[in-house]
Amino acid sequence: MSETPAAGRAGMRKELPEHFRDYRNVWVFIELERGQVHPVSWELMGEGRKLADRLGVQLAAVVLGPKDEGTRTAIRQTWAYGADICYICKDAVLTDYRNEPYTQALTGLVNAYKPEILLLGATTLGRDLAGSVATTLKTGLTADATELAIDDEMSLAATRPTFGGTLLCTIHTLNFRPQMATVRPRVMAMPHPDMTRPAGRSVWYTLGVAEADVITKVLEFVADATTNEVNLAYADIVVAGGMGLQNAANFRLVRDLAAVLGGEYGCSRPVVQKGWLPAERQIGQTGKTIRPRLYIAAGISGAIQHRVGVEGADLIIAINTDPQARIFDFAHLGVVADALQILPALTEAFARRLGRETRILEEA
Amino acid sequence: MTDDLTGNPPKPDTTGLNIVVCIKQVPDSAQIRVHPVTNTIMRQGVPTIINPYDLYALEEALRLRDQYGGAVTVLCMGPPMAEDALRRALGLGADRAVLITDRRFAGSDTLATSFALATALTTIAQDRPIDIVFTGKQTIDGDTAQVGPGIARRLGLNQLTYVSAIDSIDLGKRELVVRRRAEGGVQVLQSRLPCLITVMEGINDLRRGSIQDLLRAARADVTVWSAEQAGVTNPMMCGLRGSPTVVKKVFAPSPRSEPAEMVTTEAKRPAQVAEAVLDLLFARNPKLEADLAARKGA
Repeated sequence: MSETPAAGRAGMRKELPEHFRDYRNVWVFIELERGQVHPVSWELMGEGRKLADRLGVQLAAVVLGPKDEGTRTAIRQTWAYGADICYICKDAVLTDYRNEPYTQALTGLVNAYKPEILLLGATTLGRDLAGSVATTLKTGLTADATELAIDDEMSLAATRPTFGGTLLCTIHTLNFRPQMATVRPRVMAMPHPDMTRPAGRSVWYTLGVAEADVITKVLEFVADATTNEVNLAYADIVVAGGMGLQNAANFRLVRDLAAVLGGEYGCSRPVVQKGWLPAERQIGQTGKTIRPRLYIAAGISGAIQHRVGVEGADLIIAINTDPQARIFDFAHLGVVADALQILPALTEAFARRLGRETRILEEA
Repeated sequence: MTDDLTGNPPKPDTTGLNIVVCIKQVPDSAQIRVHPVTNTIMRQGVPTIINPYDLYALEEALRLRDQYGGAVTVLCMGPPMAEDALRRALGLGADRAVLITDRRFAGSDTLATSFALATALTTIAQDRPIDIVFTGKQTIDGDTAQVGPGIARRLGLNQLTYVSAIDSIDLGKRELVVRRRAEGGVQVLQSRLPCLITVMEGINDLRRGSIQDLLRAARADVTVWSAEQAGVTNPMMCGLRGSPTVVKKVFAPSPRSEPAEMVTTEAKRPAQVAEAVLDLLFARNPKLEADLAARKGA
């Protein structure tokens, strides 16, 4: 991504070289690990379908994995999530993710079947793979896009935060193909799978890499203890605090409210930088992107890098002492007040209201 | 590491590991301000720092050098003032610093950046082959995490990203075992030198530079290379011209079309404000109230 506003270049027009003109279709890399597809891949299929329809081209899924039931299931699911074509490479060397064989398989497929757009999840796997593939193909890659669109010249316009999340920029790969982008989990909405949708065309690809040729070996996979896992990204109620909480101890107020609502709690980036909460609690562009039914932001100013991480919430309640705070630009309900006073009052009010509701239900 | 009697640079340690750490000088993001009218970054007076993630990469490199012997070179692409970042890295204990700076590098995207850094690494490797290239997980201004993989690909290095621990290195066999953060767990990987490692924050405890290192850093020379001196033979691969991506627009998002409904009550007591918030919330979304109540009862 360019770090300077590209004066002069912003007006550059598309002049696609001849050898890129037969690049067609939108591809989504399906991230399959230990038999499970990462949800971000389906989110991208939903977005990829829209881009393909706008361009009037086909949507393809790329499934790389071992010859097992997990891979077969993933292929079946691609049809339900809107794929017209599924490019499949089944090989034992693709059992665990490793950069070398995955890069060879994906770049080989791109060179053989020429997509105009290639999307990957901005996960640890997707970011590891996307950089290698884009460098091999010498094409443009927009990392962590928060919005994808097709412009008037039928090019991909990928918007992402820039300058540390203080502004947004729209990036194009005008004269190279494929146009690549990664998108973080939860940035795009999860589409509803249509299990009745008929299977499309399967294209099988032979990798031709022997295990002996792969230098890196996976000795072991140590799964995270589920008890330690913070399920912030997929929580449907989230309460978060910012610098308005004033110190680490006051985050008790945020946790209390989250507990009464049965939700998760988080914080803004400066709170993590201060060391008040661990990085896994950070919400925003470089932390977790969330799409809860209800998001309560207490003492958070609402910088752009935070905004892009929470805009998918159904309903946002913002509490801030500053009536000019940017958070009120995108909240649905706003309270100009001190979060330290309002948080405990909200905890009490929710407890009372929901408790009463529970009793009524019991009486009925 | 300077020979204090002669003041000459020490003889390079040709045993042990030859390590290069790529660092970036970034604006201290906590202090970036956007002009409210023109939507441009107000750079004046914003202090610059070494990208915080790169400090963990540097520390890991120094730790390996101290354990296995060898030398640590820090490499940075940036404007002339990025020499400050390199001098700080020398103060933390790096042996040598190289700055590649040239107007032709300006406006580089990730592909052009990995080209310039990989070219400079090739030139550095002419003295002695490089065993490990370290980078941080990502930068705090670009946040792409793509330059490390780009360098690895260009140089054909074994790529080990998001490394949370280096368990062991066998210099004889030229093998190493690392722990790599993956989705839902940690991969224990065995790979081979030469490799590129991007490290997770918290992989180590950052050191403070010793007095000797700080004094040495103040006197040490930072090697400054132009594009040509770094080994670039085709300037078309650099900067804006070498970048396939084009930034068409930089902007601030507009407020939502429907402005936030502000909760205003005559009384200012927090309890009354809270009640008003709940009334508005559940009026908008009655199903939420029922669902929350059911959840609490469950």
